[in-house]
Amino acid sequence: MPSNTRPTQAHYVAPLEETPLVAIDSVTTEGKPSNLWRDAWRDVRKRPMFWISSALILLIVIVALFPDLFTQVPPNNDCQLSNSNGAPTTGHPLGFTRQGCDIYSRIIHGTSTSLAVGLIVTFLVAVLGIIFGALAGFYGGWVDGLLSRLGDIFFSIPYILAAVVIMSVFSQYANVWVISLAIGIFAWPATARVLRAEVFRVRNADFVMAATALGVSRFRILVRHVLPNSIAPVIVITTISLASAIVAEATLSFLGVGLPPSTMSWGNDISQAQVTLSTAPQVLILPSIALSVTVLSFIMLGEVARDALDPKARAQR
Amino acid sequence: MKIKRIGVAAIALAAAGALALSGCATSSEPAAPEGDATAIITTNGSEPQNPLIPTNTNETGGGKILDSIFAGLIYYDAKGAPVNDMAESIETDDAQNYTIKIKADQKFTNGDPVDAESFVKAWNYGAALDNAQLSSYFFDSIEGFSYDENVPELSGLKVVDDLTFTVKLKQPESDFPLRLGYSAFFPVPAAAWDDLAAFGENPIGNGPYMLDGEGAWKHNERIDLVKNEDYQGPRQAVNGGLDIIFYATQDAAYADLQGGNLDVIDAIPDSALGTYETDFEGRSVNQAVAVFQSFVIPDRLAHFGGEEGKLRRAAISHAIDRQEVTDVIFSGTRTPAHDFTSPVIDGYSEDIPGSDVLDFDADKAKELWAEADAISPWSGSFQIGYNADGGHQGWVDAVANQLKNNLGIDASGAPYPTFAEFRTAITDRTIQTAFRTGWQGDYPSLSNFLGPIYVTGAGSNDGDYSNPEFDALIKEGLGETDVQAGIEKFQQAQEILFEDLPAIPLWYATANGAWGENVDNVEFGWNGVPLHYEITKAAASK
Amino acid sequence: MAGYIVRRVLQAIPVLLGTTFLIYFMVFAMPGDPVVALFGDKTPPPQVLEAVREQYHLDQPFIVQYLLFLGGIFRGDFGTSFSGQPVSEILATTFPVTLRLALMAIFIEMVFGITIGLISGLRKGGIFDASFLVVSLILISLPVFVVAFVAQYVFAIQLGWFRTTAGPGAPIQDLILPAIVLATISFAQIVRLTRASVIETDTQDFVRTAASKGLSRRRIVPVHILRNSLIPVVTYLAVDFGTLMVGATVTEGIFNVPGVGRTLYQAIIRNEAATVVSFVTVMVLIYLFVNLLVDLLYAVLDPRIRYAK
Repeated sequence: MPSNTRPTQAHYVAPLEETPLVAIDSVTTEGKPSNLWRDAWRDVRKRPMFWISSALILLIVIVALFPDLFTQVPPNNDCQLSNSNGAPTTGHPLGFTRQGCDIYSRIIHGTSTSLAVGLIVTFLVAVLGIIFGALAGFYGGWVDGLLSRLGDIFFSIPYILAAVVIMSVFSQYANVWVISLAIGIFAWPATARVLRAEVFRVRNADFVMAATALGVSRFRILVRHVLPNSIAPVIVITTISLASAIVAEATLSFLGVGLPPSTMSWGNDISQAQVTLSTAPQVLILPSIALSVTVLSFIMLGEVARDALDPKARAQR
Repeated sequence: MKIKRIGVAAIALAAAGALALSGCATSSEPAAPEGDATAIITTNGSEPQNPLIPTNTNETGGGKILDSIFAGLIYYDAKGAPVNDMAESIETDDAQNYTIKIKADQKFTNGDPVDAESFVKAWNYGAALDNAQLSSYFFDSIEGFSYDENVPELSGLKVVDDLTFTVKLKQPESDFPLRLGYSAFFPVPAAAWDDLAAFGENPIGNGPYMLDGEGAWKHNERIDLVKNEDYQGPRQAVNGGLDIIFYATQDAAYADLQGGNLDVIDAIPDSALGTYETDFEGRSVNQAVAVFQSFVIPDRLAHFGGEEGKLRRAAISHAIDRQEVTDVIFSGTRTPAHDFTSPVIDGYSEDIPGSDVLDFDADKAKELWAEADAISPWSGSFQIGYNADGGHQGWVDAVANQLKNNLGIDASGAPYPTFAEFRTAITDRTIQTAFRTGWQGDYPSLSNFLGPIYVTGAGSNDGDYSNPEFDALIKEGLGETDVQAGIEKFQQAQEILFEDLPAIPLWYATANGAWGENVDNVEFGWNGVPLHYEITKAAASK
Repeated sequence: MAGYIVRRVLQAIPVLLGTTFLIYFMVFAMPGDPVVALFGDKTPPPQVLEAVREQYHLDQPFIVQYLLFLGGIFRGDFGTSFSGQPVSEILATTFPVTLRLALMAIFIEMVFGITIGLISGLRKGGIFDASFLVVSLILISLPVFVVAFVAQYVFAIQLGWFRTTAGPGAPIQDLILPAIVLATISFAQIVRLTRASVIETDTQDFVRTAASKGLSRRRIVPVHILRNSLIPVVTYLAVDFGTLMVGATVTEGIFNVPGVGRTLYQAIIRNEAATVVSFVTVMVLIYLFVNLLVDLLYAVLDPRIRYAK
């Protein structure tokens, strides 16, 4: 049976007049077939959380793309030690860092780097994690053995060692992409393992057996039925790993293998402010808040997406 | 909680240190009397990087232990002045031939005598190329020393009798006796040569302390020392022992001092530099030590050679407000430099002609920079290389910002991830920027801060600086048998350095330490390490 | 089942060979000469450098060094560190400490993370849910250094509830505070994972069936909802355990725990290949074992999962 046609339901359903369950079991055969993504979108539009998080993310993206709209203070010039850890003054609403640079301006100008690293890493982790996890979990056997052990190897490499080696080799090209690659390439096994476990569980579910019985191809079952039903933990992990990625970038800078020192990023500022934690905590807290708000908006968006992709949860509301 | 250990330690001592002490319990025990001579002092340290063999130890972790368990010919008092320890006398007429007499009846803790042989053999071992000892270069001025072939016995060392030996140097060097307190020159007992690896693990010394039995060195954790009752030298311990706890971070050591788990620390974490003197009021120290910090601008960098280079170097020096950086970044725990040595060294002077190049003067800096631009216009960015694993980013960024603000040029730090990578780039001359350097004096002498770094072809002359006039003055200074005459030559040599600025002097490090309420009489030495043997510990009430 | 376990154990061999080779190569490829670093800020004469290199076989080509190391491993000799200590001894002293610490951290994560995640999931959108979202956010946005520093200052120095750092032998009571700090790192992940999983399970048919059978909520929640929600959480905990076995550098540093993280970091910084590779080898073994255990656990948590074939 060609897998892209809908099976005709009539063969499987008893004549309507013979059963009292008419109302429940009746199937509309007219109209467009229901579609997971279209349903999800219809649902999402109604939720305020979706609009709040989208607005926040939009704002953050605008800040990242056009920092000059938000501040006229150059972030890296005219840092005076006499202003070190200074309180806010006119034109410098959040005060100064240890080096006497304007905190507000640095947060604004650091947005693009931090956001880019966060998003690229998250994307990389999600894609690699989903491919490896889904294939390993769904096909099992030697596929699982191969992919999972590959993940184990990547996972076992001490992160600092890998980062130092990779970044030294590519020191000429220390840009956002290389940094993100160096972070992401060792972070995906966690996602893969969690998804693999979830796929293990879902592949035995009734609806998968039903699809198999209907003759739907294995790959199509994986993509259409198993994945959407096992994606929830991946969304949770990846939205939080956005924060980890932004912090990891800071660790790399701290180790001297990150972006050039002139590049601004929240992570960098947070790690540099650690020294004055006890005397000037605000220098550390302010960029942390920027980081928190960004992660919060993505967590909220992830939450909405997760709900929308889970038809049962949708029905319950 | 240390009290229990005190009792045990005293017994262990009586039983010739046979007891291996296991972990101390946190239970409270009866308090010991004030200033108890059996009290154990606890302090911070770090895991030695090498086996505890005197000629193979060149870092502070192992050095701190060796200085406590060995006694050399001399030791340095708190001011850095040399005092005879094992030596009866060190005599010379020409600064080239030395006769060294050792005090009679000195013993290692295993009973071996401290005699001429124990010094000469140790030195010969340290100097021989095949033994690959990290401190071998300390012997390179002794006649017979060679880097090119293995010399098992230096021709310059001769045993005269049990307690006398002579040293012949390749050339007159009047500060040779000053060096003899450094750990590379410590004696080694005859028993060590049977199994040097075992000795490196459980060294047998002749100093004020000794290891608390076999296995007292608990790797990565601690080393426990107890008083050596056989030691007859001037560094008599007034306490019962010294427990050195190894820390990977200074933050942890500081927290332990605050939590009452340590008695003395000799390093303050960056995060507490601004607060430790109030946290431990009256129980902290911030005094100069023999560490000089600078950054080297190699001659080979574009725009930094010849007359243009001199102008730019002077401009950079004037553009740095050292006082501001030491105040803000180091919370006053560094002292702005006035010369190329250290204030704790005999002969130090703040007023060497030419030292005003170290004064902050933004206008002068701009002027000089413009003059240099007239010779050849500046292009590119000025960078200062540093190792990211050493906590240097703060001051490098601050200095770079000052250069940026005061010279109007692009300036930044250039971090290397590991110390190994940083030093390798310097050693093989691949580094193409200025780079930070620090020099910790091995022994308190002006020449030690000048000769090894700026003399043509010298080992640590990483900037490949060369000025024959300077070389000649250092050589003359070393040849002077009169200390004062030598100092004058070294000062004149520094005048040349102020002219050429092969390195830009920044500041001197200070000893930053603090101690708990139970201990007293804490005095920090010229090298920033407390004189542990002087510390008294009062009755703890825990 | 037995066949499955045997296969998994056999798979460990290529993984071990692959990892040791990769790590050894990485340490080798690390820029910088460890011997130069031994001399601190001072520059030794090249002849001395050469002599020291020879002593540690560092003058040999990479493949020779690797084979020498591998040959040693088969004889049970993991090499020695620069300080002359056998690496096997370092392994024997540090791994038990870190293992203890990691297990404690995992236990704390498990108890608090799952409980809070469960309640958040069952009362989705409520005050409890929202407040722990905020707590999670704070914890994931702050570097672990800050959490550790503050915890040490407040609970050890000010309140005196714990010893500031791990005392001799790193006993359990001294590891409680560092374990809590470590647990905060993954706390957010565990809470959010449990919560998401609970929300999903709560709407499953079998839960509705159980409810319609008249089972009390008190019974449904632990037996039907929680048990069926645990698979992703348990998986993540296993992954996290692996991370904790190597990655606790900062926390171990601040609390001076003589464990793997601290030692491994030092070894990496000093380019001590033998130490690094030996540590990672043991790490891989532990990780493979834990993963196998978790895979077997799946079948317990969800009887539909089978490892036949």
